[in-house]
Amino acid sequence: MNSTERQLLSGDSAIALAALHGGVALGTGYPGTPSTEILEYFSHIGGKAQWSPNEKVALEVGIGVAYGGARSLVTMKHVGVNVAADPFFSVAHTGVVGALVVVSADDPGMASSQNEQDNRRYAVAAAVPMVEPADSQEAYDFTLAAIEISERWKIPVLLRVTTRVCHTQAPVLPRAAVPPPQPHFEHDLRGRNLIPSNARPAHRRLRQKLSELTDWSETTPLNQIFSGDKKLGIITSGVCFMHAREAAPDASFLKLGFTHPLPLKKIAEFVRSVERCVVIEEGDPYLADAIRAAGLKVESKPEMFRFGELNVDRVRRILAHDPSPEPTRPPGKPPELCDGCGHHVVFQALKNLDCIVAGDIGCYALGVLPPYSAMDCCVCMGSSIGIGLGLRQVLPPAEAKRVVSVIGDSTFVHSGMTGLAEMIYNPPPTGHVVVILDNSTTAMTGHQEHPGTGRSLDHAATGKVIYEDLGKALGIEEVRVFMLGKDCAEFQQVLADALASEKQVLIIARRPCVLAAKSIREYEKCALANGGCCS
Amino acid sequence: MKKPVNIVIAGLGGQGVIKASDILSEAAFRSGFEVKKSEIHGMSQRGGSVTSDVRFGPQVLSPMVPPGEADFLVVLAPDQVEVNRGQLRAGGVLIAPDLIDASKLSNRKSFNVALLGALSAHLGLGEEKWRAAIHSCLPEKLHPANEQAFAEGRRAAAAKKLEP
Ligand SMILES: Cc1ncc(C[n+]2csc(CCOP(=O)(O)OP(=O)(O)O)c2C)c(N)n1
Ligand code: SF4
Repeated sequence: MNSTERQLLSGDSAIALAALHGGVALGTGYPGTPSTEILEYFSHIGGKAQWSPNEKVALEVGIGVAYGGARSLVTMKHVGVNVAADPFFSVAHTGVVGALVVVSADDPGMASSQNEQDNRRYAVAAAVPMVEPADSQEAYDFTLAAIEISERWKIPVLLRVTTRVCHTQAPVLPRAAVPPPQPHFEHDLRGRNLIPSNARPAHRRLRQKLSELTDWSETTPLNQIFSGDKKLGIITSGVCFMHAREAAPDASFLKLGFTHPLPLKKIAEFVRSVERCVVIEEGDPYLADAIRAAGLKVESKPEMFRFGELNVDRVRRILAHDPSPEPTRPPGKPPELCDGCGHHVVFQALKNLDCIVAGDIGCYALGVLPPYSAMDCCVCMGSSIGIGLGLRQVLPPAEAKRVVSVIGDSTFVHSGMTGLAEMIYNPPPTGHVVVILDNSTTAMTGHQEHPGTGRSLDHAATGKVIYEDLGKALGIEEVRVFMLGKDCAEFQQVLADALASEKQVLIIARRPCVLAAKSIREYEKCALANGGCCS
Repeated sequence: MKKPVNIVIAGLGGQGVIKASDILSEAAFRSGFEVKKSEIHGMSQRGGSVTSDVRFGPQVLSPMVPPGEADFLVVLAPDQVEVNRGQLRAGGVLIAPDLIDASKLSNRKSFNVALLGALSAHLGLGEEKWRAAIHSCLPEKLHPANEQAFAEGRRAAAAKKLEP
């Protein structure tokens, strides 16, 4: 394939291609829809990419890459930024040497997420510049722009995309690759050790950079004006530009690609140049609030359009002040656990024993749906263990004894391990039972590897976290491994015994995901044949 | 600005909805059109509803087919026809699964491509573009079965067009 030919790419793939052409030395991340394919494609086309145990570690590795003078791309879904927020805020203060581009893939409409948070707010809160592409071509171009901005101002950049940008395929014309910088370490003790005496000047430096970036935002071509009819002006960003341009082809547009810090002078000029000015954006009124706070008169969408994605029809309604109820699509068929999935047996047993189940996120979250309806909560990754322990601490003993925490293997490595530390440190009076559903993959997001599979992102053999050893080393009273079969009775007995023991029990319920089993066998065969290397 | 052609492909997870939309968008792209293909995916488990929107033409803005504006609705699963019928514009063409006799396919897994064959009879993209798209989206060992399925679908659609 000629790399500078026009090709059909998803936004995710376009980001990966730009990372390759822009000289990114290492891509890190944790899987999460709709961001997952970025690193998979980056690896596929020859980039070096790694899954980390979670987003925080992924970002920390990325910070190391950027401190070393190399370019770094860190990918995650929107809620991943919550996990990575601690290093994210602080690296804005220390600054970077090589580029650090953090991709936040937001999911308005929650096609596959647990909340609808709008991560544009993170750019403001952490005080970092933000770019927002509208399609695959811009995903490519803006990734390269983000690398440039990051190195010019020595600051991490937030590349904010949404499901429709990530998962839409559209043509992309790539550019020639640029040579990457040579990694090299320079000490900067005061710049990067955020003890208070260093952090105070670091904060001032950060604000100085932002003030320069504000001036730059007024002139950057990332913010574009499309002159049209002066009766209607639309200020928009991301994929909403596409919906709005289709809904109102004759209007004037200010399309913002660089959305933090905002070019308020340019915006003011635009607002004054049109008779009626409407802000079209998905999610929170991020642009509208900022523009109004600057004293400018713009229309924002009614509250009903804060929920879900926008589309051409919804934009037409906003522009027409049409408050009539929107047509609802008949509900589709929800997904189900696959036939033969090991999760069936576990949820049947939990239901039969009338357990109170602190659940977690993964395929097994389908245990909340009939026929099992056997999961009582699912809040965020890793939360099952802490929530289960909290319930055990306060419920009357008869109820407390029925509480079980259920967590997937990838989720356990992501953020369940600290929950186990809590269990031995603050043990509830009735003990506790944690079940790790070990299906040897991150199934939910499309079968990615993780530190518990013993295979790296490209499926080559690598070091492996063994949960039973980990549990024992932490000092859990009883650690059991159970190979799940088709029959529920035996597992149910193990679970019943664990509950009755009133000890701290860790049960590892093992059975490879049926959809991944064939590939897993192939990777294993391949690893044996090649002495560890498989790709 | 000439309006794009709007196509919605619908079915259940595991049936090859996304693969079909990949092939369709590749065929349109190879024919020199602007193309956008968009779907909501991410769940691994099988069996849930899946739809994919493909738009192509001289210019495509929004990646999603606006509700009720699909020119073609291609449905792979009988129980997904009614759920998605509202996507079709008045006078739009429904390509339903009962058009294809699956027993005539050398590999039943190529059912998605058979329906693309039926769709192709309405679109006017060159047959060689379709073949190239099938080749670029599927591994070589599946090419014969999918070319056969495509031809079968095209034949079935042509036969239906002739019906009074
Ligand atoms: C902070 C955060 N990162 C990523 C995700 C996306 N996500 C949801 S569940 C999951 C992992 C599921 O894997 P596992 O725990 O092994 O369960 P399985 O799906 O294999 O049953 C991921 C990556 C998320 N919801 N939150
Ligand atoms: S994809 Fe794997 S883990 Fe998920 S439901 Fe199917 S078999 Fe179970």
